[in-house]
Amino acid sequence: MIRSEILKEIAPILRPHLVVCNIGLPSQELHMIDDQPTNFYMLGTMGLSSSIGFGLALAQDKTVISIDGDGSVLTNLGTLPTIANNATDNYILMIIDNGSYGSTGDQPTYAGKKTNLTDVARACGCDNVIECRDVDTGKVLQEAIDSKKMTIIVVKCDSGNIKLPVITMDPVVIRDRFMKAVQA
Amino acid sequence: MNIDKKIVDDLVANDVSFVTTVPCKQLAGVIEEVEARDEIFHIPSNKEDEGMGLCAGAFMGGKRPCIIMQNTAIGVTINTLATLIQYYRMPLPMLISYRGELREPVACQVEMAVHTKALLAQMNIPTYHFHTQKDAEEFDMILKYTFMCNKPVAILTDANFWGGYGDQ
Repeated sequence: MIRSEILKEIAPILRPHLVVCNIGLPSQELHMIDDQPTNFYMLGTMGLSSSIGFGLALAQDKTVISIDGDGSVLTNLGTLPTIANNATDNYILMIIDNGSYGSTGDQPTYAGKKTNLTDVARACGCDNVIECRDVDTGKVLQEAIDSKKMTIIVVKCDSGNIKLPVITMDPVVIRDRFMKAVQA
Repeated sequence: MNIDKKIVDDLVANDVSFVTTVPCKQLAGVIEEVEARDEIFHIPSNKEDEGMGLCAGAFMGGKRPCIIMQNTAIGVTINTLATLIQYYRMPLPMLISYRGELREPVACQVEMAVHTKALLAQMNIPTYHFHTQKDAEEFDMILKYTFMCNKPVAILTDANFWGGYGDQ
């Protein structure tokens, strides 16, 4: 499965929760598949999906799911020790690991070569790290939500993209809509 | 007056309850004070752009954030300031140790100091420079201004403000 197929499958699981979605194609795909006020779309700032989601989880009680990519986590690798050492059980980091920089033309990442992000997350001190196959994403994500334990999920999947439009919603509108959903 | 306590008192009085820090020798006392306060959740960051991501999330979760860092971090965070904090219009007080100014003993610090104000000006970031401890009287007003206008605001605090480097 490629990322857009996974997002389509897990959209009903994501819907009741706060979602911070990674820059580029992941946000565009989620926006097209199931636009919700509870989705925060990143329009820039590669690498910070995990940090934004984690800050949000620390600041309030609702479950927060950061959708990240292997390339983005490699950009902000310092995020994993911060998450590990300040664990909050309403936070799930889902790394969709397709071994490539999808939004820029599928150049390979080091996570698709020798670097194992599951091992990296564990070495950084994260307690609940689960690596799963693309077809199992929905089941693993639902179990992580139900467990009410902070969980890092590394989803191994195929690289590949679909053609879709950019998000034209104004960033302040995205943010305002999202904050109202957080408070609701 | 204990300047570290005064700064953190102002943060608490302005309901700032989420503070991320990347350390600096000059900021050690403030960071210690932040860590000691029950009203503040203190989360050290590994890098300043990561810290700004945490602050953005905390703000959207209903907390007032602050980042404490060195001026070298301006070089690290230009993209994050432009495409996250400014683009989504979020408030972020940045308490910055202004290394490389008068009484600085480390020559390399001057290399970023000479760019600091120019970069902040280029980014249209309101910037205040504390050179003597009396300047900190404005800190309370600066915090109110930051959360009024929803912008990143820089407070540069130089070595003279912190009382130099001991024997320097």
